[in-house]
Amino acid sequence: MNRGGSSPSAAANYLLCTNCRKVLRKDKRIRVSQPLTRGPSAFIPEKEVVQANTVDERTNFLVEEYSTSGRLDNITQVMSLHAQYLESFLRSQFYMLRMDGPLPLPHRHYIAIMAAARHQCSYLINMHVDEFLKTGGIAEWLNGLEYVPQRLKNLNEINKLLAHRPWLITKEHIQKLVKTGENNWSLPELVHAVVLLAHYHALASFVFGSGINPERDPEISNGFRLISVNNFCVCDLANDNNIENASLTGNNFGIVDSLSELEALMDRMKRLREEREDEEASQEEMTTRFEKEKKESLFVVSGDTFHSFPHSDFEDDMIITSDVSRYIEDPGFGYEDFARRGEEHLPTFRAQDYTWENHGFSLVNRLYSDIGHLLDEKFRMVYNLTYNTMATHEDVDTTTLRRALFNYVHCMFGIRYDDYDYGEVNQLLERSLKVYIKTVTCYPERTTKRMYDSYWRQFKHSEKVHVNLLLMEARMQAELLYALRAITRHLT
Amino acid sequence: MEKMSRVTTALGGSTLTGRTMHCHLDAPANAISVCRDAAQVVVAGRSIFKIYAIEDEQFVEKLNLRVGRKPSLNLSCADVVWHQMDENLLATAATNGVVVTWNLGRPSRNKQDQLFTEHKRTVNKVCFHPTEAHVLLSGSQDGFMKCFDLRRKDSVSTFSGQSESVRDVQFSIRDYFTFASTFENGNVQLWDIRRPDRCERMFTAHNGPVFCCDWHPEDRGWLATGGRDKMVKVWDMTTHRAKEVHCVQTIASVARVKWRPECRHHLATCSMMVDHNIYVWDVRRPFVPAAMFEEHRDVTTGIAWRHPHDPSFLLSGSKDSTLCQHLFRDASQPVERANPEGLCYGLFGDLAFAAKESLVATESGRKPYAGDRRHPIFFKRKLDPAEPFVGLASSALSVFEIEPGSGSMSWFVDTAERYALAGRPLAELCDHNAKVARDLGRNQVAQTWTMLRIIYCSPGLASATSLNHSVGKGSSCGLPLMNSFNLKDMAPGLGSETRLDRSKGDTRSDTVLLDSSATLITNEDNEETEGSDVPADYLLGDVEGEEDELYLLDPEHAHPEDPEYVLPQEAFPLRHEIVDTPPGPEHLQDKADSPHVSGSEADAASLAPVDSSFSLLSVSHALHDTRLPPDFFSALVCDMLRFYAEQGDVQMAVSVLIVLGERVRKDIDEQTQEHWYTSYIDLLQRFCLWNVSNQVVKLSTSRAISCLNQASTTLHVNCSHCKRPMSSRGWVCDRCHRCASMCAVCHHVVKGLFVWCQGCSHGGHLQHIMKWLEGSSHCPAGCGHLCEYS
Repeated sequence: MNRGGSSPSAAANYLLCTNCRKVLRKDKRIRVSQPLTRGPSAFIPEKEVVQANTVDERTNFLVEEYSTSGRLDNITQVMSLHAQYLESFLRSQFYMLRMDGPLPLPHRHYIAIMAAARHQCSYLINMHVDEFLKTGGIAEWLNGLEYVPQRLKNLNEINKLLAHRPWLITKEHIQKLVKTGENNWSLPELVHAVVLLAHYHALASFVFGSGINPERDPEISNGFRLISVNNFCVCDLANDNNIENASLTGNNFGIVDSLSELEALMDRMKRLREEREDEEASQEEMTTRFEKEKKESLFVVSGDTFHSFPHSDFEDDMIITSDVSRYIEDPGFGYEDFARRGEEHLPTFRAQDYTWENHGFSLVNRLYSDIGHLLDEKFRMVYNLTYNTMATHEDVDTTTLRRALFNYVHCMFGIRYDDYDYGEVNQLLERSLKVYIKTVTCYPERTTKRMYDSYWRQFKHSEKVHVNLLLMEARMQAELLYALRAITRHLT
Repeated sequence: MEKMSRVTTALGGSTLTGRTMHCHLDAPANAISVCRDAAQVVVAGRSIFKIYAIEDEQFVEKLNLRVGRKPSLNLSCADVVWHQMDENLLATAATNGVVVTWNLGRPSRNKQDQLFTEHKRTVNKVCFHPTEAHVLLSGSQDGFMKCFDLRRKDSVSTFSGQSESVRDVQFSIRDYFTFASTFENGNVQLWDIRRPDRCERMFTAHNGPVFCCDWHPEDRGWLATGGRDKMVKVWDMTTHRAKEVHCVQTIASVARVKWRPECRHHLATCSMMVDHNIYVWDVRRPFVPAAMFEEHRDVTTGIAWRHPHDPSFLLSGSKDSTLCQHLFRDASQPVERANPEGLCYGLFGDLAFAAKESLVATESGRKPYAGDRRHPIFFKRKLDPAEPFVGLASSALSVFEIEPGSGSMSWFVDTAERYALAGRPLAELCDHNAKVARDLGRNQVAQTWTMLRIIYCSPGLASATSLNHSVGKGSSCGLPLMNSFNLKDMAPGLGSETRLDRSKGDTRSDTVLLDSSATLITNEDNEETEGSDVPADYLLGDVEGEEDELYLLDPEHAHPEDPEYVLPQEAFPLRHEIVDTPPGPEHLQDKADSPHVSGSEADAASLAPVDSSFSLLSVSHALHDTRLPPDFFSALVCDMLRFYAEQGDVQMAVSVLIVLGERVRKDIDEQTQEHWYTSYIDLLQRFCLWNVSNQVVKLSTSRAISCLNQASTTLHVNCSHCKRPMSSRGWVCDRCHRCASMCAVCHHVVKGLFVWCQGCSHGGHLQHIMKWLEGSSHCPAGCGHLCEYS
């Protein structure tokens, strides 16, 4: 029994971008051939990943030690471009899935499924459906949320908020979950669940952002696996990383000589590092810059002109991915720009008032011991990871760039750093990159190869994966900060 | 007194006065600092920056330093410090990386003096030089420390910690040129202010960020540091390597630490998260805080002693937007609340008791009888005159041993091992357990099992006959039962006869129903029954009381042969329950009444055992006749379980709970169940009954319990050759590439259960070894050892 089989489209395994769909509708005869997926990622040529891979014995060792499925999955393959980071990633993931923790193993996987379902990430869902059954989960639960215990179902609300609008989480949500009663969550359990949710939301961003291909060989077909929906439209996959194609992407840079683009970026970075004291911006100015960045992120419409889905259009996709929706409620709930919510003026999250290092860590570690250290290491690792290279240039200090990426993600979630000049974001991140960042962090399921290709054309794939890692961790930290702050407020 | 006079001299003739008080601020505070004159305090936070005067009765707002049209981030303070030499000079550290100095002497409304925008990230800490008027030090998130000379426009020197954020910087009070800085990675560095190129000394003080440090005001070498790892450590810096001299373990990450003036070993701490109290610790006594201030409702963010020579006033600011002055004499002292007595039962009923010596002395004087049977072992701690806690330090530990034999718990072990808890139909389980109990001479328990079976198993004919049988057996082996009722005529005080007790235990379960049905009728009847039954009741009542006393206070009176202290009391709670039961049984009475009443009334003086067994039968028949659902009894059964648990026989409670499963579980609240389970598991583990305990864990339905055996299920194996842990697989070593565990019989690698002889450490597959040992008792490896397996 294959639940995904209902899909009417010829290219059942692939989502079609609206543009292609229009074409298809017009001419029913066109059959879209199913492209051959090669390698772990649809965005990155196979040889890029594999090359790096064959050398690396360390990765194999890590996989052996920490992988839950016991094999080298596509995520790991792509991440192994950054072996240092991979280790801390796998260690923390292994810890939250397999080691001592308040939640039973199948529950952990089910929560992962719920989290991934918020972004319709069939890759992660399939992976955890297998794991869920392997750890002794009740197969019936996989029929959807109506079949799971109320206790797990209650997690739905916080899953939804955390995935799309974490700033809405209040202590009331926490109270509702931990209030004594039949289906209550203990705080350690809740923290464990929150960590899992945040981890898998963020990982979904990575999966879409790096175009991770479905695992090639679903060994067991247990009927609960979704048909592997590869969210990348064939038109994307067909264009073979061709720079000329970038002109199609309606970015306002037009065709700039990408080499000079890179030089310009490096130049700007250098300037920022050196002449900070010169441009003495007033505080008002700084505040406006943050607001401006926040507002501007509003107009960074996810997807380019061909690919932007207005909400109504998006419903078509819901039909195709309806298999996923059984794990979620309120599927229409999505990211809403933090800047837009004019009516119920929510205060900006001041990063200095609730930092991961001071507050988040202590709380997490208190309630779910040792995960704090692992996450701490992971955040630190991703933030400080650098090879001092940029595209073809070596010996470059990329701190400002990394910080800009990290803080820009936090900015979209309404987290503001007092000591950061948001003007830097504007100077360092070109528009196509902003589009990409926003899509990957807020609507990962809409990422296309075009977006991936359109920014930083001179950069190596491994560097783009690095960007994805930064986005993923920044997003996870933002979600955790909001959730943990709510828990702290509940405690005081 | 001496101290007092010193305070006055230090204060220049005027002592500080004041009381414990607090005032509301408009916004959460991040830091506070006190003026040199001890009369003013500055409070700084994200949206507050004010100076308050400390008066005798209240705080009075003196000055608001947040001026200007628009709130600027420069005013969003992470830290504030007041110069200890110059009353007009203040410095703040802003979250956006700016260091601002303020001159209160300025005539204009805006007191802002200088602005240093050299740090790229949030400045976590600012610190004035203790004696130099113009030197200011800052530590920032960007990993740099900067030293400013206030007479110049920018920093004099920059110190790079070569790591991430600086969390705290503090000038040494004694060494003019030295300052300490603490880092997010757990390091502490010592710097010479004249040498910005590298630090003088560096050591790792904590695991995780070091949030704060403070130099001892008198002792030049001591530095206290507090970290996210919930520790406060005191370092002696005079030695070649920094030496940890004291360590205080707190319950939450330590945000601030401040030495208490005039008290060499005291320091105050507050925490970053979760815990809102301020503690004052005596570092020599790292487990109980010397004092505790509990005024704040949210995290305390700043603490300061009001005057550098007065140990009794502490000021604090908090996220809950209050500013507090705490008086040391108003502090709560956890030591006072601590229980200086300790009492613990040993596994076999031995009792250890530790208390203040004075207390023990008077007590033993009052109870001289205890002298003969107890074997007290006294431990007396040697007193150290230097110790500050002499009053509490002297304690005595006495151990009371129970007479050998009397405290035997073999019945517990036997029962635990032999009970069947699952895997068979309920009826069989009950029968089995009843038999076990009877074999061990615990007839009352046996009867309970039988009754449970009656209640919960289908009222088929077969069961009825077997019931008949069991009851018949009960009464046939219950010859002493007769005795018990004859014995009623004896003096009630003699209840301590063991035979009597036991036999009573027998009867009771039979008479329960009798008694209860009798009481059900009416109050009048009840009285009547009691009246007619006076001796019996009296006996029972008395015995109960006496037993209690004996058991608790008088170990030498305990009945040596009687393993069941609890038996005789049984009738009481049970009968009581029935009265409690809702009017449900009314219709039961109609049928079951008559034989009982007549039985209990007519034969009140001497109840024939035949009668009781009859009545039991008739009751059960009556029940089945009316087809009472087992639910009807659940309240009764629950009370029975509670009764057993209260009597200390938690084994029975848990066993019944498991055997009956769903039938009663819902009627007992989760917490009680959990409590029973944990106590039983604890007991089992004390007796090393690991298998039984694990079975109980497995069978329990309470989530908290069933997860007990899911924790730390990893088995770590070391390679037998290189002695290093084998990380990836349990049977092959990555380092020496050898298979570690070979079966001595089949010479293959053992991947599953590996069993080995502890004598010669040879072993192999469980099956193979078992087989081998059937034929030979020598080691299969040929080492000549006579292997032993337990």
